[in-house]
Amino acid sequence: MYRIIERRMIVPNLHELTVEAPQVTESVRPGNFVIVRPDADGERIPLSVADWDAEAGTVTSIFLQVGASTSKLARRRPGDTIPTYAGPLGQETEIRKYGTVLCVGGCYGIGSVYPVARALREAGNTVIALLEARSSYLLYWQDKFRSVAERTLELTRDGSAGYKGHITRLPEILTLEKIAPDLIVANGCTLQMMLVSRVTKPLGIKTIVNMNPIMIDGTGMCGVCRLTVAGKTKFACVDGPDFDGHEVDWEEFLKRRKTYNPEEVHPLRKSGCASHF
Amino acid sequence: MPKTIAPKKVPMPKQEPFERIRNFDEVALGFTPELARREAERCLACKKPYCVEGCPVGIDIPRFIKHIAEGDFKAGIKTIKERNALPAVCGRVCPQEEQCEKHCVLGKKHEPVAIGRLERFLADWEAASGSIEKPDIAPSNDRKVAVVGSGPAGITVASDLAVLGYAVTMYEALHEAGGVLTYGIPEFRLPKSIVRREVEYVRSLGVKLHLDYIVGKTRTVDRLLKDFDAVFIGAGAGLPWFLEIPGENLNGVYSANEYLTRCNLMKGFRFPACDTPLKRARRVAVFGGGNVAMDAARTALRLGADESHIVYRRSRKELPARLEEVENAEEEGVIFDYLTLPLRLIGDEQGWLVGIECQRMELGEPDASGRRRPVPVKGSEFVMEADASICAIGNSPNPLIPMTTPGLTIGKKGNIEADEETGRTSRENIWAGGDVVTGAATVISAMGAGRKAAKSIHERLSGSKKP
Repeated sequence: MYRIIERRMIVPNLHELTVEAPQVTESVRPGNFVIVRPDADGERIPLSVADWDAEAGTVTSIFLQVGASTSKLARRRPGDTIPTYAGPLGQETEIRKYGTVLCVGGCYGIGSVYPVARALREAGNTVIALLEARSSYLLYWQDKFRSVAERTLELTRDGSAGYKGHITRLPEILTLEKIAPDLIVANGCTLQMMLVSRVTKPLGIKTIVNMNPIMIDGTGMCGVCRLTVAGKTKFACVDGPDFDGHEVDWEEFLKRRKTYNPEEVHPLRKSGCASHF
Repeated sequence: MPKTIAPKKVPMPKQEPFERIRNFDEVALGFTPELARREAERCLACKKPYCVEGCPVGIDIPRFIKHIAEGDFKAGIKTIKERNALPAVCGRVCPQEEQCEKHCVLGKKHEPVAIGRLERFLADWEAASGSIEKPDIAPSNDRKVAVVGSGPAGITVASDLAVLGYAVTMYEALHEAGGVLTYGIPEFRLPKSIVRREVEYVRSLGVKLHLDYIVGKTRTVDRLLKDFDAVFIGAGAGLPWFLEIPGENLNGVYSANEYLTRCNLMKGFRFPACDTPLKRARRVAVFGGGNVAMDAARTALRLGADESHIVYRRSRKELPARLEEVENAEEEGVIFDYLTLPLRLIGDEQGWLVGIECQRMELGEPDASGRRRPVPVKGSEFVMEADASICAIGNSPNPLIPMTTPGLTIGKKGNIEADEETGRTSRENIWAGGDVVTGAATVISAMGAGRKAAKSIHERLSGSKKP
């Protein structure tokens, strides 16, 4: 059993989860994920690692409350335990000196791109962060980014913070901000990573995305996380989760993500309230 | 006067097909003490027991059968446990017809003695009796061994070394121990309560068990070697093969590992009481003809499929599955499409599988495996309707440890190379055995490899001074 140190809603529907897992902090790297099971009958779900404290032996993730399992996790309180917290899993994001790197984060990916930005900065890169959300109240961790990024930009759909509009404005933002990145790292929902890859391809800027498919074991055993990259089938859990966004078959990936959409929300209807079902 | 021998095995009671396809309970119900004694009396008690030669772990078969015939079940189970830590599992899933029973002298004229059924009987009898026989454990020798994987190979190494006085720690990547016994073999063939019982037994010998611990990721093998005198790798064959035909990334296309793991480990058959979903497909096609294919096809029926097909490119005679499992599948209504090769998976607009284009085959000349090679029949392409397909054509060893352990010699198929007699790898103090070395094989051959590795580790560590 693994003890929850902190679980709080950081912005609406997004939760910060910190778990005591010293065996994970020992070898965790940016870009890794963990497999979490909220209770004995729960699913195994992958959560990207957003931060860790090696001394305290704790690992932090940000997750979006969307289906049955994440709703269970969202109800957990500090001091509670969860039966599975396994990792670190997946290949780490390749950290080396690229020059200027733009780190794009949205949704839970604001959290998971943070350790990438930090490590890239430590490796001598100029890091610029672009945090995007529907509205200003959904942004978080700006202070953490300011401590590692030369500039922290914001983009909101309603214009309540930073640039107004969708992530497809990225090329224009690069021009306005006079940024010529050698690499772009995008973490976030599938649509965001797909759109970032789509708009950076004509610009010829290498774009790394951190894929988030359905998983079970997370160790290469089941193959449910497979996706097509440069025409070849890859397993996100062992070959990724980082891939070149210009080579991913996004259409197929989006369809595969939807496999269990009806089942994902089904258990939410078991509220126990007679009139609810 | 020589005793008269019944020509046939005493049949083992089973759940009726119409009943069992609606539940996940075990199909075979096991011998009663009377049936077991009756079967045990068929044994000729050969002076030179060939059956023992057929057993990868060398159980003294005639002796335990004699104990059953005499009604001394306690002595019987003790005899088995001298050589086998997992009798309840082996009695159920060993291919006895290829091993001990194949060599039974009785088998020349009649059916061989039902050794597997008798082994299973003793294991279940002991569990029901409530007092579990434990071997004497040698005093601690201050040596530590890490065992990676808690499947059949790992469990055997762990229990053998624990009895010899080693401090053994077993690491399991998933949240339940047992490896393929837990995630792969379905409840109706091997109840998980039995696997848990056997794992508890190994822990009762003093073996420490760490779950959710992925060696190669959480800690590397080299890191383990800082704390342990030896590491045994029994990480299994955990990387599923696909057919590599178009359409395999459609929704509704599974590896057998995924399908069976959802059902067995994650209890998907209880969705939504358990959270992991498993779709109720209407027409399921399983590719492959081994035991795993039978398990998947039979699981699909129990999950409510209207039709569950085995699509196999050769004929019934070449099926690699155990005959008993093929017969069970046939009785339950699994449809066997022999001499059929899937060419392409067809999807709808939303990316869901709707059909499979197949081709008829005919058998030609024997190939390298000695089986007649299937040859496509020109112009015989047709489309079968299906909303789920399950690929059960085999697995490669899991790559996590080979990828993260420098200096370990890896074979062409991604397997760890290890000496067949000792399990020693190219690295000092690292041993390996089971599917991670051989590719997907049987529970008992993994246990046999574990037994040999344990012996080799013991020889190596007891022969050297502690540094």
